[in-house]
Amino acid sequence: MTPVGDILLSLMDGARSGLGLPELLCRDAVRRLPISGCGISLMDADGGVEALAGSDERAVGLEGLQLSLGEGPCVEAFASGRLVMVTDLELQGAPRWPGYTPAALEAGVRAIFSYPLRIGGIRMGVFDLFADSPGILLDVDLALALRYVDAAVLILLHLQSLAPTGEPADGELVDHVAPIEIAFRSQPEVHQATGMVSVQAAVGLTDALLLLRAHAFAHDLPIGDVARDVVDRKINFT
Amino acid sequence: MSREQLLATTFVELADTIEDDFEVLDFLQNLAERSSEIMGAAAAALILADQRGNLQLVASTTHTAQVLELLAPDTQEGPCVEAFTIGEAIVNVPDHEALRRWPRFTQTATSLGFTCVQVFPLRFRSQVLGALSLLFTDPVELTEDDRSIGAALVGVASIGLLQERTPRQKEILAERLQSALTLRVVIEQAKGVVAERAGVGVDTAFDLMNGFSRRESRRLSDVAAAVLDGSLTAGQLDASSA
Repeated sequence: MTPVGDILLSLMDGARSGLGLPELLCRDAVRRLPISGCGISLMDADGGVEALAGSDERAVGLEGLQLSLGEGPCVEAFASGRLVMVTDLELQGAPRWPGYTPAALEAGVRAIFSYPLRIGGIRMGVFDLFADSPGILLDVDLALALRYVDAAVLILLHLQSLAPTGEPADGELVDHVAPIEIAFRSQPEVHQATGMVSVQAAVGLTDALLLLRAHAFAHDLPIGDVARDVVDRKINFT
Repeated sequence: MSREQLLATTFVELADTIEDDFEVLDFLQNLAERSSEIMGAAAAALILADQRGNLQLVASTTHTAQVLELLAPDTQEGPCVEAFTIGEAIVNVPDHEALRRWPRFTQTATSLGFTCVQVFPLRFRSQVLGALSLLFTDPVELTEDDRSIGAALVGVASIGLLQERTPRQKEILAERLQSALTLRVVIEQAKGVVAERAGVGVDTAFDLMNGFSRRESRRLSDVAAAVLDGSLTAGQLDASSA
């Protein structure tokens, strides 16, 4: 299993406690990284925003504050589609986010790492890490932090595909969703097929990927194989 | 353009790397294409470490699936992975030795008509950031001059990723690298959209976007994003080439 798969697997025990996967992920990130808070916000292209989860009340509050002010590293990360690393909020924050910075400093935050959750043109939200000392984020194990980002993307994909009961079956997360991580980085056909299916089915990229995943699940095939068939024009989603 | 002119143009483009809206993916795509031209290669690709422990192909002059699979760093064996791991250039390896060191790679490369591969690691001090791979179809014996040029080209790539002597170096590297990886996905998705709309293969779709980007002096990453958001149609890509 990949390191990201291991992270997802380790959340499964907590899933029985009734806490949602996004919140479990945020709490786990705070346990394993030298940070004091972690939050996830969902955003869609129409401007709809939602503070989805946080490692604690303060983190949820910090997410909500950025969204209600329409300003902050996470808002910027989502809009630009690029990672925003603020290593010293006191020095770097005020010119960029005059409304958000004082409130965040007041809450004890000194550094923020905002990573847009996206799969190319599919933009899902933002993943935020908060630290109480400046410079800490530079020493963070970046590889581990990025693995939490990857896990967040997979969790959001998983939450998109609801079982008939309306509740995602968490057992599927590790078995069916986690392998998608490998396909995303080593099988470009998956992304090509996402583009092709979006045209064939006349839907957005998000729904195109869902269609591919649904087909893979229904036929018990790896998503890479389905993608290859789409690119080779053996199957069509018109 | 002569080789010297190509080199000069490449180095001048380095000045663009300090711009705020610099997009490293386009820079690396240009670098792969120039490197291929300057070194007389049939194909070139740039792979980068993704900061999570994996190597990912970020820029390539070819989008033919079989050639890309050859260069795909996901395979555990091959000169690209070796050059990255040991941080040393792989140049002029005799056939029998290549067959011994990388049997699957060598057999596949040979079957695709390639006679030679050269790999130059992208280094910044003690860090290996990735590698530039060049595939040749003519029997090539790279001279010391060629080796120096290869090293200079990857030096340019490294500087494009990392700004020297700035306190924000770690952040800049992370921002640029992660952006390049994301934009590669955008390009792959856009290839699919164009392939479907224009009724062509995904490699032709890439050529349409790349050709358009050059003719219209627009960044490849912007062209791909415009295809995805619908502001650029396959028809427009095609029409501009007429």
